[in-house]
Amino acid sequence: MSVYDTFNYPAVNPETACSMGLSVSEFRLAEKILGRTPNYVELGCISAMWSEHCSYKSSKLHLRKLPTKGENVVFGPGENAGVILADGDICLCFKIESHNHPSFIEPFHGAATGVGGILRDVFTMGARPIAAMNSLRFGELNNAKTVSIMRGVVSGIAHYGNCFGVPTVGGEAVFHESYAKNPLVNAFALGVVREKSIFTAAASGAGNPVIYIGSKTGRDGIHGATMASGEFGKSSIEKRPNTQIGDPFKEKLLLEACLELMQTDALVGIQDMGAAGLTSSAFEMAGRAGSGVVLELDKVPVRESGLTPYEIMLSESQERMLLVAKKGREAEVQAIVQKWDLDASIIGRVTDDGLVRLLWHGEETASVPAAPLSDAAPVYDRPYKKPEGFDTALPDIAVPKDLNSVFYRLIASPTIASKRWIYEQYDHMVLAATAVLPGGDAAVVKIPGSKKGVALSSDCIGRYCYLSPRKGGALAVAESARNAAAVGARPAALTNCLNYGNPEKPEIMYQLVEGIEGIAEAAIALNVPVVSGNVSLYNETEGEAIFPTPVISMVGLLNDAEKHITSYFKREGSTVIAIGDFPNRIDASHYLEFIHRTVKGEAPEVKLNFHKTLIDFMADAEDVLSAHDLSDGGLAVALFEMTIKNRIGLSAELIPSARADALLFGESPMMIIEAEGENTIARLEKFGLPYKIIGKTGGDTLTIKAGREIILNIEIEKAAVIYEKIITELMS
Amino acid sequence: MKAGIIRFPGSNCDADCFEAARDAGFEPAYLWHKDKTINVDLVILPGGFSYGDYLRCGAIARFSPIMEAVFEFAEKGGLVLGICNGFQILTEAGLLPGALMRNRGMRFICKFLNITVETNSTPFTRLYGIGEVLSIPIAHGEGNYFSDDITLNELKKNNQIVFRYHGENPNGSLDSIAGISNRRGNVLGLMPHPERASKLLLGSSDGFRLFKGLLG
Repeated sequence: MSVYDTFNYPAVNPETACSMGLSVSEFRLAEKILGRTPNYVELGCISAMWSEHCSYKSSKLHLRKLPTKGENVVFGPGENAGVILADGDICLCFKIESHNHPSFIEPFHGAATGVGGILRDVFTMGARPIAAMNSLRFGELNNAKTVSIMRGVVSGIAHYGNCFGVPTVGGEAVFHESYAKNPLVNAFALGVVREKSIFTAAASGAGNPVIYIGSKTGRDGIHGATMASGEFGKSSIEKRPNTQIGDPFKEKLLLEACLELMQTDALVGIQDMGAAGLTSSAFEMAGRAGSGVVLELDKVPVRESGLTPYEIMLSESQERMLLVAKKGREAEVQAIVQKWDLDASIIGRVTDDGLVRLLWHGEETASVPAAPLSDAAPVYDRPYKKPEGFDTALPDIAVPKDLNSVFYRLIASPTIASKRWIYEQYDHMVLAATAVLPGGDAAVVKIPGSKKGVALSSDCIGRYCYLSPRKGGALAVAESARNAAAVGARPAALTNCLNYGNPEKPEIMYQLVEGIEGIAEAAIALNVPVVSGNVSLYNETEGEAIFPTPVISMVGLLNDAEKHITSYFKREGSTVIAIGDFPNRIDASHYLEFIHRTVKGEAPEVKLNFHKTLIDFMADAEDVLSAHDLSDGGLAVALFEMTIKNRIGLSAELIPSARADALLFGESPMMIIEAEGENTIARLEKFGLPYKIIGKTGGDTLTIKAGREIILNIEIEKAAVIYEKIITELMS
Repeated sequence: MKAGIIRFPGSNCDADCFEAARDAGFEPAYLWHKDKTINVDLVILPGGFSYGDYLRCGAIARFSPIMEAVFEFAEKGGLVLGICNGFQILTEAGLLPGALMRNRGMRFICKFLNITVETNSTPFTRLYGIGEVLSIPIAHGEGNYFSDDITLNELKKNNQIVFRYHGENPNGSLDSIAGISNRRGNVLGLMPHPERASKLLLGSSDGFRLFKGLLG
């Protein structure tokens, strides 16, 4: 009896294809490539490979606009993670990836496996992970549902990262209603590797064994990639079995085993089993090498009996790796894997016929050409158009009389308030190299084997992207670069996670295209290549899309990790200087969103030349005592954040160039620095940066005058308590 | 002097301890959890999640083959330092009294905090002053020290409470205990991570003297 009768697989027709998420035309394309109708197992593989999540079919055309080359780039997009040179032959390997859909359905395991997946992407390349970050978006923190999602997500990230032993050093958390039913969980990881030790995922050398190591395969996550490629409806919770369960301990063993294996020369290629599981690793490894593989699916270690070939190919069980070893070196591989209490199973071999062939107890159940399937995935030029009647005009809003009380309310906005509740649950110091802890503009981690430090920041202001998708994309790059500059680093490269709604809607597609073009414009101007990334579409629930959220994770370099700059005032009596143009509008500000409950107006000007000069000014600066970027909450919040740590206050005097609330809470790209004086002023002059000395540090209040009039007078102690505690209170 | 850092499956502060011991002047080496002999002057059980801490922290690691050798080594007066998960393993193994329970707030906590040195008559604290306040980070979910009254009184009487949290008690530990020694003083377990406060780059070097002092 054939496999197809044994498992009673349904007949294949366009309907079957649609039930797996393929369109009819995609089904026809598959038929054309194969020269016949695919069977059920083949169709499952094709639908997973061609899912939006795996194939980037809606975004590919536009992603080509991103600058991916640079002197320091070793590997750009296309590998498991991007790689840049950091110091001599020491490289940094990094990527950010979304795990939004699973995290909504099952917050703890969804977020945990997101971390697990990105860590595997990094160590698959041979790099030991040395830092992680995450960018999170939730609904407003005023209801039990959002609280429970956030609690699950944060504890899931903590569970995975802490046990694995990677410091989670930074990230961001933003709260807005548009994310209530579609939270975003974007996980970033960075590792370090010597250039000659980088591994890629290629299955070459006919006859070489294909070896499976790690956890056994179960039924979890079947068609997860397809799930992440559709909108959510009311029944999404029924998709819970589609999310995976993570085991960070197993992953830690896998890390050590893989890195030890890579030190031998017994390995030819290695690939983790992530989205679309064994399907994508088999097809990608064979596709990249131009070879083929034959896999004996009955040899795949399974968690329970009765798994069918289809399920084995599409399971997204975590903590699994596929290796190609040199023929004859199997025992050596086996010994290292066993040392780490893991099992290795030879499940197939490399061939040279260009096919991925799947056997089940000797019977061929599928035979598909590898390269065409991974390379000839459909690419769509989806129609896009600017939404009509999209009214962004700012309504008349009077300046509130009591700006002090507005200030106290604003710092209680979870988007602004201290994220201590989150990052204290993450081990952010393991590996003993974290020089700048979470809570500032960017984290700094010393690079092992080098004096240099790597600065990491993650940013995106969704409301800018909503009001102006192009500017929003550019501003996300600019802000993350500014944050890296704030700690004294020079931005070196970035990775992005493009979170958008349903690309089949032209208005959403417009946001995506404009967003990518904005990112490209800024990345080119600031000379920061995009070396890896991820696209997460269909972030909609019940037809409501999230704010477009292209998260940018910036990787910057400091020549000396010890000479980093932190974001809090160091001493009394030093000079405080604001660099950049002061805000003169309340448009698009968090103040407008949180206090006046509306998102309207124009996003701020991007000012790429200003950023370029600012980066040059800040990189490895030794005359800057502290520096902080102006972001959500404007100048008042930025200055306040500088006073908290050492409880050193400030009296500032501004030119009354705009309405008081715009001066205090409006947003525009700026950097505030604390300096000793003349030398810094001379440098600012030399660089031709617009700047203004706004006051001297000291006292226990933050007082801001516009001309002679005091417009803000804040007790630091009182405000600090609100700022530090509010998220803890909302979470309990 | 030689320092041996035990690597259990899931240890993740092994490299950090290795580096701190080396910087202090030790000749460091890794010990494997399946080793049966120990040939060093100081044994460090580093932090991490041995065996995933899936049962109870340290509950499985205590049965590792190397633990027999650690017993013998401690018995002979050898220096044993258990940090975080290492402390948990030492209590599970019975080399130190008491137990480490889930933090009072039920959450993992990672942050810098202050601890006081309660005694400097152990080899681990001889370079510190009694009452000296140290800035050293913690990172644990289960650091809430507990023992029965009899044990606590013994600990007090014998000067075995080596470190206490200063100011805030982060995890609900009995009597604010952050670290204890055995009666003889050659086995120390503590929840804070001195290796993460071993150089200025990390924001504090207060933990460095712990390693330095062990060189005698």
